[in-house]
Amino acid sequence: MKNKNSGQREKGTKLLSIRNLHVEGFSDERWHPIVRGVDLSLKRGEVLGLIGESGAGKSTIGLAAMGYAKPGCRITQGSIQFDGIDLLAMTETARRRLRGSRIAYVAQSAAASFNPAHRLLDQTVETVVAHGIASREAANRDAIELYRRLHLPDPDTIGFRYPHQVSGGQLQRAMTAMAMACRPDLIIFDEPTTALDVTTQVEVLASIRKIVEEFNTAAIYVTHDLAVVAQMADRIMVLRHGRTVEEAETRQMLAAPAEDYTRTLWAVRKLAKPEVPAEDYLLTIDNITAAYGGTVKVLQDVSIKVPRGRTVAVVGESGSGKSTLARVITGLLPPMSGSISFAGHYLPSTLKERSKDVLRRIQMIYQMPDNALNPRQTVEEVIARPLEFYLGLKGAARDRRVNQLLHMIEMDESFLDRLPVELSGGQKQRICIARAIAANPELIICDEVTSALDQIVQEEILKLLMRLQQEFGVSYIFITHDIATVQAIADEIVVMHRGKVVEQGLKTEVLTPPHAPYTELLLSSVPEMDPDWLTNLLERRQRKRVGAAN
Amino acid sequence: MNPVVRTVLQRLGLGLITLFIVTIIIFSAIAMLPGDFAKAMLGQSATPETVAAFQREIGIDRPPVERYFAWVGQIVQGDFGSSFASRTGYRRTVAEIIAPRLYNTMFLAVMTALIAVPLALGLGILAALYRNSWFDRVVNTVTLTTISFPEFFVAYMLAYLIISRDTFIGTEFAQSLPEWLAASINWVLNLVPKFPTLANISDQTPFWEHVWRAALPSITLTLVIVAHMMRMTRAAIINMLASPYIDMARLKGMSPMAIVLRHALPNAWAPIVTVIAFNLAYLIVGVVVVEVVFVYPGIGQLMVDAVKSRDVPVVQACALIFAATYILLNLTADIISIATNPRLLHPR
Repeated sequence: MKNKNSGQREKGTKLLSIRNLHVEGFSDERWHPIVRGVDLSLKRGEVLGLIGESGAGKSTIGLAAMGYAKPGCRITQGSIQFDGIDLLAMTETARRRLRGSRIAYVAQSAAASFNPAHRLLDQTVETVVAHGIASREAANRDAIELYRRLHLPDPDTIGFRYPHQVSGGQLQRAMTAMAMACRPDLIIFDEPTTALDVTTQVEVLASIRKIVEEFNTAAIYVTHDLAVVAQMADRIMVLRHGRTVEEAETRQMLAAPAEDYTRTLWAVRKLAKPEVPAEDYLLTIDNITAAYGGTVKVLQDVSIKVPRGRTVAVVGESGSGKSTLARVITGLLPPMSGSISFAGHYLPSTLKERSKDVLRRIQMIYQMPDNALNPRQTVEEVIARPLEFYLGLKGAARDRRVNQLLHMIEMDESFLDRLPVELSGGQKQRICIARAIAANPELIICDEVTSALDQIVQEEILKLLMRLQQEFGVSYIFITHDIATVQAIADEIVVMHRGKVVEQGLKTEVLTPPHAPYTELLLSSVPEMDPDWLTNLLERRQRKRVGAAN
Repeated sequence: MNPVVRTVLQRLGLGLITLFIVTIIIFSAIAMLPGDFAKAMLGQSATPETVAAFQREIGIDRPPVERYFAWVGQIVQGDFGSSFASRTGYRRTVAEIIAPRLYNTMFLAVMTALIAVPLALGLGILAALYRNSWFDRVVNTVTLTTISFPEFFVAYMLAYLIISRDTFIGTEFAQSLPEWLAASINWVLNLVPKFPTLANISDQTPFWEHVWRAALPSITLTLVIVAHMMRMTRAAIINMLASPYIDMARLKGMSPMAIVLRHALPNAWAPIVTVIAFNLAYLIVGVVVVEVVFVYPGIGQLMVDAVKSRDVPVVQACALIFAATYILLNLTADIISIATNPRLLHPR
């Protein structure tokens, strides 16, 4: 069945072979190695998963498989043989003819990778028409058929929409259709579901897997999510610092990873904190309803209690109102109705009405430390600012406290004069944490603080936050869409969906069945390390749907 | 209502308000001009009585506020009033004085725009396509050079070039050169068409004759405005080339030309049309120097003459036309920016 549509494209013959690949990138006035001697081979119809932290060179290898190096990068050594053709020996024009038609690419952020000025259909068929493979009409018909196979809603008309009129998950599937349009031999999937919610991710993963199998397309699947790669890949290659750590069949790799580094990647998922029941409550939110200007209510009748010295995880997909809740608590968005009490006192709804001391007691840490740090301020200035502003510290006392805070986040004085650009993502997030802690707050709202980080760095940040909680008894509201993070840090869980609280309670209560229907959907959508997880999940859901229909 | 229609109506309303404010500024500015038309017309020897009578005749004895509203009232009805140069029994309306001059100015502006805009866009696109190549550098240097010279200098240099066609071989300089070199320079000079260095035209001039005589002023203006538009086109496109969807287009195997034309340019229109509008407005309101050099009877010269002779209605009408041109062209640019943005044109 697998080879029904593939004609002579038998699985098993060699399609791609990369030998001793070296790629360099230019930054800080010199060339740095990104990929250092990687070998890779791929058979027709086979899916290879490339996995590793950011900076491991996995995307660069994916692009090199198209004979392409990003602007500012160059392939310095090695050979790339695609179906017997040496990609590095041919002219750029000849390589261009292969791209899109025989080797296609699916990018991480579909929203940014679709041209905002053209309709989806025009972009889907562009390669087909430009490479002269089929007429415009035939290509349009085929694109609609691909949309249908990828389970896009309204496949006949969705192509006439512009990218901004379509949701992220739908765009990601449309991009897969675009890659499929020329029926390539090989598709590079570069973190195609990283930007999506878990509930959406399941659908996109299922669509990608189905269509890749139907057309017997070979694929390189780049991701940092082990559980995802376990569903998609026949074989997994673990990369670190531009070198191959190990490579094995998926099941074998999951069952018995040979290298220590691979085992540390596996271990991250197991961080779990025992929950501690609440003693008294710091923050009580009563029947909050909020909207941004218009009539659409982003929060409806939300009531939440946050215990002192504990962590409440607020989970839900994008658009569920998690971040709006944070804006209401911090006073950035006054609610339409409802009230909040903080440490036994009424909390005024606008920033203006709140005293400096109340502002000090509620701090915030954001998802993107890049955006939350002023690029022109040094680490010292960033951390010292709340000390001066809230606590009035000056001179030696201020300097002492800055140093103290740096040690608290496991950094030291050598960072004082650094600018944010000179720090890694994890270090930047630590500075944001130090800035929040500097104000001696009682409540810190963490808005997706680990989503932009690698798993190993995530774990370090989570451990740091937990240690600080033990030391200072600070409460956290931890906004996240990642269930593993919830497992790691939460005492209580609030599940939100479309602006409403679906379920709330102690972690174990919420995470053990029976669940509210939405919680069930959310939890069951979290990928697991079992390579059969997606297949089983889809079967279970299918059975349920059939059962419901009867 | 469609948000685009709403925005366009909004901008149109704002444009009208701006124009209204401009009428106040124009009127006050001209009312504050020193000198008196009646005295200027009648000369030093005029008695106060004759001056007063003449003032009454042309209506400048009334209070300014009253005159302002009378003027605006007339304009709303499409009447720009009478020139102060009118005599009893011989009325010269401002409209009939301005109309032929405005036609000439528009003629020159449209002709220049038809050359300069496609040229600037083409050069800008090519410069973006072959950025940092020798072509890019040459285009940048040449356009920067032409924009850096004052326009009267460019105009005289062009006129001198035309004259040199006939006179070069007789100059001392040519005779000091080896004969073959002088001959080849002369040959090259003779490739240049013999454009008229005086653009004197009248309302009887046939269309193509008009084009021919307006050639040098038009080329001068093109050299002056092309750089700005070309550089903005180049910059706007290069700015777009860093977008992820351009990377995607490259990975789809699109040719560099298709990437620039199909993927970058449609998203770059907003800044480009703003600069084009600005330069087209300049073609109408800023050409007086070029008109003087080539003796081209346009509206710029008319306004300067009217200021000299204190012919207030003509000056006011010219100023208003200039203001309306700016507002209208910027409005058009705004509308094009909106119309090329699919997020506004096709809301969710």
